[in-house]
Amino acid sequence: MGIAVFVITALALVAGLALGIASRRLPSAADDRVEQANRLLPQTQCAQCGYPGCRPYATAIVEDEAPINLCPPGGAATVERLAKLLGREVEPLAVEAPPGRHVAVVDESRCIGCLHCRNACPVDAIVGAKGYVHTIIESECTGCELCIAPCPVDCIDMRSLR
Amino acid sequence: MSAPTYDLGKLHGGLRLKANKTAATAAPIRDMPVPAQLILPLAQHAGEPADPVVDVGERVLKGQLIAAAYGAMGVPVHASSSGTVVAIEPWPVSSRYGETAPCIVIDCDGEDEPYDSGEDTGEPAGLIADLSPVRLREQILEGGIVGLGGAVFPTAQKLTQASGCELEYLILNGVECEPYISCDDVLMRERADAVVGGGRILMRALGIERCHIVVESDKPEALHALGDAIAIATTADDTGLILKQVPTIYPSGGEDQLVQLVTNREVPSGGLPTDVGCLVQNVGTAAAVYDWIVKREPLISRITTVTGDGVHSPQNVRARIGTTVADLIAFAGGYTDRAAQLIVGGPMTGKSVTTDRVPLVKASNCILALSETPTTGVTRPCIRCGECAEVCPILLLPQQLHWYACADDEDKLRLHGLTDCIECGCCDLVCPSHIALTARFRQAKARIRELADEKARAERARRRFEAREQRLADERLDRNRELEAQKSRARRAGPEAIADILRRKRRDKEQDKKD
Repeated sequence: MGIAVFVITALALVAGLALGIASRRLPSAADDRVEQANRLLPQTQCAQCGYPGCRPYATAIVEDEAPINLCPPGGAATVERLAKLLGREVEPLAVEAPPGRHVAVVDESRCIGCLHCRNACPVDAIVGAKGYVHTIIESECTGCELCIAPCPVDCIDMRSLR
Repeated sequence: MSAPTYDLGKLHGGLRLKANKTAATAAPIRDMPVPAQLILPLAQHAGEPADPVVDVGERVLKGQLIAAAYGAMGVPVHASSSGTVVAIEPWPVSSRYGETAPCIVIDCDGEDEPYDSGEDTGEPAGLIADLSPVRLREQILEGGIVGLGGAVFPTAQKLTQASGCELEYLILNGVECEPYISCDDVLMRERADAVVGGGRILMRALGIERCHIVVESDKPEALHALGDAIAIATTADDTGLILKQVPTIYPSGGEDQLVQLVTNREVPSGGLPTDVGCLVQNVGTAAAVYDWIVKREPLISRITTVTGDGVHSPQNVRARIGTTVADLIAFAGGYTDRAAQLIVGGPMTGKSVTTDRVPLVKASNCILALSETPTTGVTRPCIRCGECAEVCPILLLPQQLHWYACADDEDKLRLHGLTDCIECGCCDLVCPSHIALTARFRQAKARIRELADEKARAERARRRFEAREQRLADERLDRNRELEAQKSRARRAGPEAIADILRRKRRDKEQDKKD
C-alpha cells in the first residue's frame, strides 16, 4: 500500500514538472496560429484593416478581436483560407479592392525630395535622399497607398500593372 | 555511310499521328527573295527583349546588329537585309506573351548589302579547335542564336548553364514529331554537313566527346544524308558521333522525352536534362551555330514549312527573319479558297493567329494554313475511361487533373504533377467526350504560376517589412541609449555643473536680446 502511494505520487510529480517546463519553454499554440494567419495575409502592410500591418492584424484575428473580412487586398480567397484555418464562418469582404496589381509611381517633375513618402513606406520600396527626386522600386511596391497621403505636393499616383 | 543504331529507352504513351508531311518535302528548299518590309521583334527569345541600338531613319545593312542583348537571358537581333529603319513600334506577333510586341520595322532597299564589321571573316574550320569553350560560347551569343526547336531558349546561356554540370551526351534533336512540320527534315537532307559541323562545335563549346544525332524513322533520306556526313567528318577510330533512329511516335521530340528515349534516363520532375548528364539541341540550332562560327552569318534567316490545305503549293522556304506571314503565303502560291485558319507552329503545339501581318521569328518552324476543322462533336462529361492516361507521355492522370482543374484546387493540381505537363495535346485527341483538356491545363498552369508569384511577392514584402521594423526598433534603442548616456553624464557632473550650464545659457540669451 505504502509503495503504491509513493510510486503514484512520484509519477504525478515527474509528469507535472515535465508539463510545467513544456508549457514554459515550447512556443504556445496561439503564436503558431498568428504566424500561420500572417502567412495567409498578402503582406501589403497597407493598414486598411485598421491595424498597423499584417502581423498585428493576424494577432487580432487569432485573439478574436477582429473579424476576418477586413483585408481588401487579400480578397475573398484570403477570407476563405482564414476561415478554414481558424474554424470561423466565411464572411463577405467589408470593402472590395479593385482587381489586379497596382503600384505607386512618383511624378518626377513635381517631386521635391522631402522624404515624407520614403518614411511612410512599410516595405522600404522608395529610394531617395533629402533634396533629390525619389523613386519607387516597382518590383517591391505592394500598392498599399500609404505614401500618397504624406506627399505635400501630391506627386504620387497609383498605376495598374497589366 | 554510318548506319543508325536502335538501342533505345522506353517512352510511355504517345500517339501515331497522320504525318501530312509529304506535300512540303516533295521539292527542295526554295530561297525566298528579300521582301519589301521586314518586321523584327525585339523579343524573339525566352528572356528580356533586346535593346534597340539604331534610330528611326537610319540605314542598316544585312547582318548588322540592330538591338543589343539585354539582361542575363538576352540575345541580340540583327538586320535580316539592308534598308532603312522606318519605325520601332508595337506590331502584332505570334507570341505567347500577348497580341503585340515592340518591333523594329525595316523598309528594304533590295540591294541586300552585307555588313562588314571590319573584324575577321569567319573562323576557318581548323581554327575552331584552338578556341576555348568560353570564347566559343561568347561568339555563339553574338550571333543571336537561340534554340530553333520552338522554345527559343538562348543557346549560349544554355551551353553555359550546362557546362557547370556533369555532362555525358549532347543530343541533337532531329525528331520533328509534330505533323505537317518538315523544316528540320529538309535541313538534314540538304545540309547534313552543317548539322554535323554544328554538332562538333557545340561539343567543343561544352568540352564533351559524345553526341547522339536522333532522327525519326519516317525520315529515311535525312538518316542517309546524316550517315554520309558523319562518315566524312569522322575517322574510323572516332566514335563520338552516333546516329540514332527512333520510332515515329508523337511526342518523342519533346526534350525530356527524347532524353528518356535515347539514354533511358528520366529527367526528374522540375529538373533539366543536364540533371541526368544530357543536353539537347535542335538540329536547326546546330546548323545555325555552324553558319555563324564558320561562315560568319548571324541568325537572320531560317527554314520554315509553309503548308496545310489552305495554301496552293506547300513547301519549305528559306526566308529572312522578319518576313511577314502574308508574304510567305504569297510566295507559296497564296491561299486556297478553303483556307479558314492560320497557325504559327504545328497543329498540336502551335498558336493560332488572327492576322497574317505577324512576322516570321526565330521560333517559327511552320506556317500552317488549314481549312475549317471538321467539328469533333459536342463536349460531354468525363466518363473516366482512362484513355488519356494511356497516352500521356509523362504518366500523368489527365482525367484526375481535369477534375481538380474544374474545382480550382491548385494544391491538388500541383500534387498530381500538372506543372510537368508538356501540353502535347495527346489527351485531347483520344478523349471520347471531346473535352479540351490541354487548354484547361494551360489555364490552370497560368493560375498556379500567378499564385506562386503572389506568394513569393508576399513573402518578400513580409521580410522587407520585418527588416524595416527591426531597423526602426534598433534606431529607437540607439537613441534611448544615447539619451541615457547623456543623462548619466550630467548626473555624474553634479548639480553645480548643471547650474553652471543653465547660467551660461541665460547669459547667452540676454546677450542675444541686447544685440
